[in-house]
Amino acid sequence: MTWLGIAALGVLLALPAVVSSYVLTILIFIFFYAFLGQAWNVVGGYAGQLSVGHAAFLGVGAYASAVLAQEVGLSPWLGMFVGGALAGALGAVIGYLGFRFGLRGFYFVLLTVAFAEVCRIVVNNVEAVGGAVGFYITFTGDPRQFQFRDNRAWYYVTLVLMLAATGIVALIERRRFGVYLAAIREDESAAEALGVDTLRYKMLAMIVSSFLTGVGGTFYACYLLSLQPNAVFGIPLSVEIIIRPIVGGSGTLLGPILGSFILTPLAEVSRYYLGQGGWHGAHLIAYGVLLVAVVLFLPEGAYPRLVRLVRARKRA
Amino acid sequence: MSLLEARGLSKRFGGVRAVDHLDLALAEGDLLGLIGPNGAGKTTAFNLLSGFLAPDAGEIRLRGRSIVGLKPHRICQLGVARTFQIVRPFPRMTVLQNVEVGALARHAGTGAAVRVARAVVEQVGLGPKANAVASGLTMPERKRLELARALATEPAVLLLDEVMAGLNPTEIERMVVLLREIHAAGMSMLLIEHNMRAVMALSQRVVVLNFGSKIAEGAPAEVARHPKVVEAYLGEEYVDAAPAR
Ligand SMILES: Nc1ncnc2c1ncn2[C@@H]1O[C@H](COP(=O)(O)OP(=O)(O)O)[C@@H](O)[C@H]1O
Ligand SMILES: [Mg+2]
Repeated sequence: MTWLGIAALGVLLALPAVVSSYVLTILIFIFFYAFLGQAWNVVGGYAGQLSVGHAAFLGVGAYASAVLAQEVGLSPWLGMFVGGALAGALGAVIGYLGFRFGLRGFYFVLLTVAFAEVCRIVVNNVEAVGGAVGFYITFTGDPRQFQFRDNRAWYYVTLVLMLAATGIVALIERRRFGVYLAAIREDESAAEALGVDTLRYKMLAMIVSSFLTGVGGTFYACYLLSLQPNAVFGIPLSVEIIIRPIVGGSGTLLGPILGSFILTPLAEVSRYYLGQGGWHGAHLIAYGVLLVAVVLFLPEGAYPRLVRLVRARKRA
Repeated sequence: MSLLEARGLSKRFGGVRAVDHLDLALAEGDLLGLIGPNGAGKTTAFNLLSGFLAPDAGEIRLRGRSIVGLKPHRICQLGVARTFQIVRPFPRMTVLQNVEVGALARHAGTGAAVRVARAVVEQVGLGPKANAVASGLTMPERKRLELARALATEPAVLLLDEVMAGLNPTEIERMVVLLREIHAAGMSMLLIEHNMRAVMALSQRVVVLNFGSKIAEGAPAEVARHPKVVEAYLGEEYVDAAPAR
């Protein structure tokens, strides 16, 4: 397993030397969505609190970092953490409202969606950050401004993001924090009876998750150079964030990565071909079908199934 | 001073007085049985003591300190651990991981918590099942797991809600032996139990509830002859069980 990990890492480090720029772009999105999925995994997977509003955190992080860079001249390298902190604060507010007042299941989903929608509508109407027209970032190609001319640099940036988030989740998983989150997901009352401060740990999970997602906002802003409120705060983006860890295996360390390697190329290809035929947004239908299939046939996601297959083969 | 003490504890659900001015006192090392017909309010009393429900009236003190209004996790950290009548294992976690959650209440590091959990799993006889997923356990195993998790929090008082319900006579006998061992090691316990033979065999003192109120308290044999108890309970099984002690 360790050797497999090292080998995989070696391949990932070497890939930019051999693949085309188009493939590199797809890999960048694979890593970035794996990163976002991993961030979501903390609260949505491990703690089992289904947030469907994570686009709000990405949007807050992206806007904060972009606006600070354009208007105040703060480097996105620092703005990244300001954006993360603001997203974390928003996560704390949403988490407190949801957890303190015991909103579970469906009601928590609605709360998170509602908050993301409120963000979207508010930003659409704040002219200072471009309103519905969007906010644009001047291209400089200056690494100090978190901009790169070479796609290979972006590749390594997103690879580091993905690995860092995965490292953080791996640390959480092995500690009391991670065990408590799993207990909360499995049975909240039983966890509480065993001394788990469920409110506190759910809040922590939400804050870590929204902070990381907010950090990701800086990549989104600096890579795309334009922020549209309807896109960056929209429900479709929230769905993009959660569908990968769910398909790959939520609450598992490698699930979000596997999910992103499966879905991101698929989304890219279907977006391209269906979009060409004028079928814009049709890939969302494909997601719907896929999600139903996963719920029916792989309720734990692809990663746990893969692990079981490998084990069974070893025994055979 | 009592270790755990309740005074005038009351809880209503709409028109139902589930617990009605209940007084309970448990001294260090006591094993107190709590019995009564179905719906008498026993589980509700546990929910009040463990902070899962807020009392409408009354006081609960742990070593003299009021614990009314504290959250369940706080009460657990202070040393009152409870089990659930309808067991609530963490289904996709292994037996050992389930118990580890309890042990983490006293040991912040997972290494130490796992060591404690392993010892407790052995103690309740689930050693061979340590790495089995909880959802695959049989009912007797689940009852033991429920007990193990509570024990792993290293409580001062154990509140056990019908840990023998659904077990066959052999399994009940083994559970009685196990509880006796735990008690002999110094644990104070409040035991809700339907199985009269087990209650009689284990308890030093028994409190009888009916319609939320205490109708009798005393040594098991004494309580069994109490006319109110016989009336409330249909005491045949009782009278049979009492001499077995
Ligand atoms: N959450 C609840 N809501 C409404 N009524 C309840 C609730 N819990 C218990 N009761 C009622 O309170 C009474 C006592 O129940 P319970 O404490 O479970 O009894 P026991 O454990 O002695 O069988 C019963 O009449 C029961 O229906
Ligand atoms: Mg009961």
